[in-house]
Amino acid sequence: MRSKGLTTMRILKALAVAATVTLGGLTSPALAAGEAPPPPDTRFSFDGFFGTFDRGSLQRGFQVYKEVCSACHAMRQLSYRNLLDIGLTEEQVRALAAQFTVTDGPNDEGNMFERPARLSDRFRRPFANEQAARAANNGAYPPDLSVMVKARPNGADYLYALLTGYKDPPAGFQMQDGMNYNEWFPGHQIAMPNVLNDGQVDFADGTQATVSQMARDVTTFLAWAAEPELETRRQMGVKILIFLAILGGLVYATKRKVWADVKH
Amino acid sequence: MGMGLHNSEVKNPVLRWVDQRLPVVTMIQKEYGTFPTPRNFNYFWNFGALAMINLAIMIATGVFLAMNYTPHTAMAFDSVERIMRDVNYGWLIRYVHMNGASMFFIVVYIHIYRGMYYGSYKTPRELLWMLGVVIFLLMMATAFMGYVLPWGQMSFWGATVITNLFSAVPLIGPEIVTWLWGGFSVDNPTLNRFFSLHYLLPFVITGVVFLHVAALHVTGSNNPLGIEPKDKQDTLPFHPYYTIKDSVGIVAYLAVFAFLVFFMPNYLGHPDNYIPANPLSTPAHIVPEWYFLPFYAILRAVPDKLGGVVLMFASILVWFALPWLDTSKVRSMRFRPIARIFLFLWVISFFVLMYVGARPAEQPYVFIGQLATAYYFLWFLVLLPLLGRLEKPLPLPESISRAVLGARAALPGGGPVPAGAAAKPMDKA
Amino acid sequence: MVEALAPGGGKHSVTHEDAAGGHPSDPTKRDFLKLTTAAFAAVGAAGLAWPFVGSLAPSKDVLALASTEVDLSPIQEGQAVTVMWRGKPVFVRNRSAEEVREARSVPMSELKDPATDQSRVQRDNWLVVVGVCTHLGCVPLGQKPTDAKGDYNGWFCPCHGSHYDTSARIRKGPAPTNLVVPEYTFTSNTAIRIG
Repeated sequence: MRSKGLTTMRILKALAVAATVTLGGLTSPALAAGEAPPPPDTRFSFDGFFGTFDRGSLQRGFQVYKEVCSACHAMRQLSYRNLLDIGLTEEQVRALAAQFTVTDGPNDEGNMFERPARLSDRFRRPFANEQAARAANNGAYPPDLSVMVKARPNGADYLYALLTGYKDPPAGFQMQDGMNYNEWFPGHQIAMPNVLNDGQVDFADGTQATVSQMARDVTTFLAWAAEPELETRRQMGVKILIFLAILGGLVYATKRKVWADVKH
Repeated sequence: MGMGLHNSEVKNPVLRWVDQRLPVVTMIQKEYGTFPTPRNFNYFWNFGALAMINLAIMIATGVFLAMNYTPHTAMAFDSVERIMRDVNYGWLIRYVHMNGASMFFIVVYIHIYRGMYYGSYKTPRELLWMLGVVIFLLMMATAFMGYVLPWGQMSFWGATVITNLFSAVPLIGPEIVTWLWGGFSVDNPTLNRFFSLHYLLPFVITGVVFLHVAALHVTGSNNPLGIEPKDKQDTLPFHPYYTIKDSVGIVAYLAVFAFLVFFMPNYLGHPDNYIPANPLSTPAHIVPEWYFLPFYAILRAVPDKLGGVVLMFASILVWFALPWLDTSKVRSMRFRPIARIFLFLWVISFFVLMYVGARPAEQPYVFIGQLATAYYFLWFLVLLPLLGRLEKPLPLPESISRAVLGARAALPGGGPVPAGAAAKPMDKA
Repeated sequence: MVEALAPGGGKHSVTHEDAAGGHPSDPTKRDFLKLTTAAFAAVGAAGLAWPFVGSLAPSKDVLALASTEVDLSPIQEGQAVTVMWRGKPVFVRNRSAEEVREARSVPMSELKDPATDQSRVQRDNWLVVVGVCTHLGCVPLGQKPTDAKGDYNGWFCPCHGSHYDTSARIRKGPAPTNLVVPEYTFTSNTAIRIG
């Protein structure tokens, strides 16, 4: 019985190792020609299995998005009401939403009309459609940022690296017209110019608006926007795993008892 | 027998009333209560029950996802994000469904591997095994169509690539593909039919699972020794022995599942599928979900379009012939020390193919993939038939109880055990 | 999985021949263990059901639309607007002094569902009611100047002929109760939030 158990264990262990190696290989995307190296690991408040979003960073990040990114990038999955989750009060969010006008209608005369945004409205989009966005951006389409962190490998690290990765092209590097050199963008030529400069925004909490600070904060905000359920999910996960550990112990003890009088 | 009430032994009057007219209680009692089950199962025998539970989880979460999903190219992506953000526990239900697909394939691959190792496909269980292969094929179709529904980049391009496989059919290939699409590219009609079929197929799977289990209960289970139970000493009633043993496996399985869902829900997915589908731009590397990678690698191992498609389908269809390809008289690999090594090599070739499938189609991966593909088929078509004839298996124990209890313990009450072909009982178990 | 652990299942193990040889160590301990395990599993199964049940309740985007804001400034005296609130029409009417006087001069004894006009409004001229007839759910007429307003100068439900007065109270016809006043607050002098 002992040796049989050991064999089983050994087979399972071998399978587990094989699976880990293979799956690990699958998830690290291949590096083809013209691709950027994987971004360096940046420490964020939401890292690890128990990390949470730093509320101050989220609010500053939203400010960076609002004052800088939102000129070109939409976040169509988000509504103003979602901002209640980053630690703003209902008053604040209502006032914030009211700064934007959205199109509503048709009214009784059949016309569309403008009105201040409400909590239930989606974030205002900078362009009516993709064609308008391309026309205004030299043919490039500023992608929607709602789930950007989930849509790139190592999303948060990548975005932070990208925002802080603008450099002069190395000597001899052929740049196309209107493109910008970025260390971490695949192919190194990105249509988006460097938009973050020291002191670009005024943080209400007195935090110094350095480029790295703004990049960190807006990345945190985008990570939250992509996975607003992250904190709830991890909390629930801890509870459920504890429950399963106890249940597992009980079930295993019961199994031992049931099988105690049977040789096998 | 004639007409009349079933002779029920149930005590509870209400249950008895039902059981006399529709003997479900008796049936459950017989098939899952007293059902004689070999006493020597190891934990590999958990995976059938796990697969059953996984199917139930997929259907339950799927039904609730369908209540909020919109199968339209303009709304599918956003409706999934709405599930993630606005629907109560929507993120949980979707992540369980999404990772449930991976868990299902992990469980089923182990289940299949167990069948291969212990020879569970061998007579009289050929049909049981073949029904299992049917279930696996249906699972693949279901998983493929399900992956299209979020309408991300990988959904779209995966659907495009896989449906284009059928263009390799001589003469009418392009017409078949147009017919599959319901248009001239993967578009709204395709998404609609995939949603409909993705909802339908799990119930078809449930039906085949019933047949699979029914067939199992005719022949009884195989066991790690691969010898048939001979008398009562060799078996235990399914309940409580295996209900509780399965429960141990279920809790362990749920813990792994929960860890994936709650702490790394997107680990097994592809980031590109969070980019909305764009028919104008193909992602740099199109890779299928991990569970399809070995077959994808076989497809790419052949430089010829039709050849690749044929070989890929053949790599699964060959499983149907497994009961006849294996010519050995002995079921369990425990007694086949040489074949066992080659089976392990086959498992390694499967993992190598899985690895290669995720790599770009360039050297040295192409060559490695071809090598692994060659071995994949070599095992089934050459080694297995030959080894069955050439290999001298280790001596089999006389009975399960002898192997488990040892020679002395099996004697009293064990009844006369006819001496089989085996020379002497195994002391080791 | 839960059935597998059901406490009633224990009886079979006793009948099995293996148990006959050596008696199990301590039957009460095993039963207690089984009971605890089964209880835990039952709790877990109930917990599994919860997210599914919860997912059927109104989602966050639906709840976000549960309140509607109405700008009153464009509504002239004697005019009315219809706004959507929770999928139903709400009548917002800027009543004239004459209409208010009319509503308040009716003796309670004449009302089928007695309620003072004062109890149905927050500010004298503004009447806010859900525009769904309390009989069988039709939308009464009376919002547009050209609509039939019924015998009491309020609203008239064309489906089965219910007449409502200028306080939207039922006066004649099959409807049992007055039009419902929703919960609302004045967020400023010229705006209300319904819900």
